[in-house]
Amino acid sequence: MSSLSANRRLGAVLWFASLLLLALPFVFPFWWMITSSLKSASEVFAFPPTILPETWQWRNFVDVFGYQPFARQYFNSLYIAALVTAGTILVSSLAGYAFARIRFPASSLIFLLLLSALMMPSEVTIVPNFFFMTFLGWVNTHIPLIVLPIFGANGVVGTFLMRQFFLSLPGEIEEAAMIDGLGRFGIFWRIALPIARPALGALAIISFLFSWNLFLEPLVFINDLELFTLPLALNNFTDNYGLPIWHLQLAATTLSVLPVLVVYIIAQRQVVESFAMSGVKG
Amino acid sequence: MSYAQKAERRVERRRGWSLARRDALFGYLFISPQVLGFLVFVVGPIVAVFVFSLSERNLLTGQSTFVGLENYAWMFTADPVFRKVLVNSLVFTAGLVPLNIVLALVLALLLSRRRPGVTLFRTLFFAPVVTSAVAWAIVWRFMLQNESGTINQLLQLAGIDGPNWLREENWAMASVIVTRVLKNVGLNMIIYLAAIQGIPREYGDAARVDGANGWHVLRHVTIPMLAPTTLLITIITIVGSMQVFDHILLMTGGGPANATMVLVYYIYQQGFEFFATGYASSLSVILFIVTLGLTLAHWLLRGRER
Repeated sequence: MSSLSANRRLGAVLWFASLLLLALPFVFPFWWMITSSLKSASEVFAFPPTILPETWQWRNFVDVFGYQPFARQYFNSLYIAALVTAGTILVSSLAGYAFARIRFPASSLIFLLLLSALMMPSEVTIVPNFFFMTFLGWVNTHIPLIVLPIFGANGVVGTFLMRQFFLSLPGEIEEAAMIDGLGRFGIFWRIALPIARPALGALAIISFLFSWNLFLEPLVFINDLELFTLPLALNNFTDNYGLPIWHLQLAATTLSVLPVLVVYIIAQRQVVESFAMSGVKG
Repeated sequence: MSYAQKAERRVERRRGWSLARRDALFGYLFISPQVLGFLVFVVGPIVAVFVFSLSERNLLTGQSTFVGLENYAWMFTADPVFRKVLVNSLVFTAGLVPLNIVLALVLALLLSRRRPGVTLFRTLFFAPVVTSAVAWAIVWRFMLQNESGTINQLLQLAGIDGPNWLREENWAMASVIVTRVLKNVGLNMIIYLAAIQGIPREYGDAARVDGANGWHVLRHVTIPMLAPTTLLITIITIVGSMQVFDHILLMTGGGPANATMVLVYYIYQQGFEFFATGYASSLSVILFIVTLGLTLAHWLLRGRER
């Protein structure tokens, strides 16, 4: 009996040790990003490496804002992600509701057409879209970064997600609302949307992160430093030879990653579930 | 007549033809923003990319001449880089997908038990998924530098002379694969976890009563039960691996000597660095066809699962 429990304890210890070992390459980069962002330009390369900064150079986090208009770039990312989130929620919940609850000719055909683009990378259309945006005069503005995610891949995922949710809505609720004299829009706005709050939360999370992390579109459409979003700005902390200024780059990266991580840790369950629900990324 | 009956008759009357038609109108109204936007920003450009692929078109001047299938002919018979790009994309996918899936399964199996610490580890393994690819690549590039890089410094402390990870051809490919797996494996882990939790406990218990040990249960019960999930994850991960761009641009810039140049990067390079948007469009068509094929496979497998 005692050898069995000893076995079990050994198993638990092994289990914990192997997970700890596996977690190392997942956790260490975050640790190293944060500690290195507080080191001086020379200590970043010190040998042997210092686990904690010898001198905590908080100045890095100030210098980041002097090197390029980083505050402005940070704000760009924030407001673009906010607009993408709001736009996707509006457009996708309307469409998702209609596909799930309203009968109209060709609805499943149209939905299938949308679905076929679910996994289509935006890289396929980046060249024509560049000419299109040039034609519209939208190059070097934020408009493509807002419009393309709302109607492209991210929006389609959103419509799919909202449709799935509204399909599970009991029909009696709508009938009762109709008897109470509500029209279609009233039912959508006052009944369906409030019930859909969990799905809307998931959609908001994935839309915000989709926009926040977008790289190819800003790279192609934006030229001015003032208009950069965070991913572009991070890549821009380089010296005259194009080599990274590591301590500043890592400080800026920390500033862009930390808020997301904090929100993720607070709302861990919801964030994970949102990704699992949308589950089309690789 | 009771209130309920009255209400029912009212509903009945409202279900008349004209009401159905008005409702259908609302349907079209509701989907119109999504559908119109989709036609304008996705379908239109996809059609355009096929047309552009038949031309030579300069990004800056916008000048274009019709060349028929010449771009494709050049791509498949003459362009030495395209051949390399195809091989690289295949190597990248063939390396990334099995590694991702095996690691995801191992993590999910380890974390499917109810033990203290499970939530913490789940949080840790998933954290890179919410982190931007750019940030992840920047930190790893920093750590994988030649002599002053953290990884090589640590190796040096252990008496090992590490390679120049991002500047030697084979190591560069291995580095981008492994760091990309670390970035995304958390998502597949979560999908596996949900599937494992859906396997009835009795199956394993019954096998154990028949004398199976843990390994047997895993091998002959758990993994076969997970087969549909594994198939879906495989397809999704292949599609994702075909789209890798920012990660490679930041870590290796496609180098050394195009050793990590993959399809999407090549589209970007041809179109926006060399301004050859006609050729970039033909490359996009290839990406479109590959993705469409994988999407269809995904649907067929999904259908079979149901």
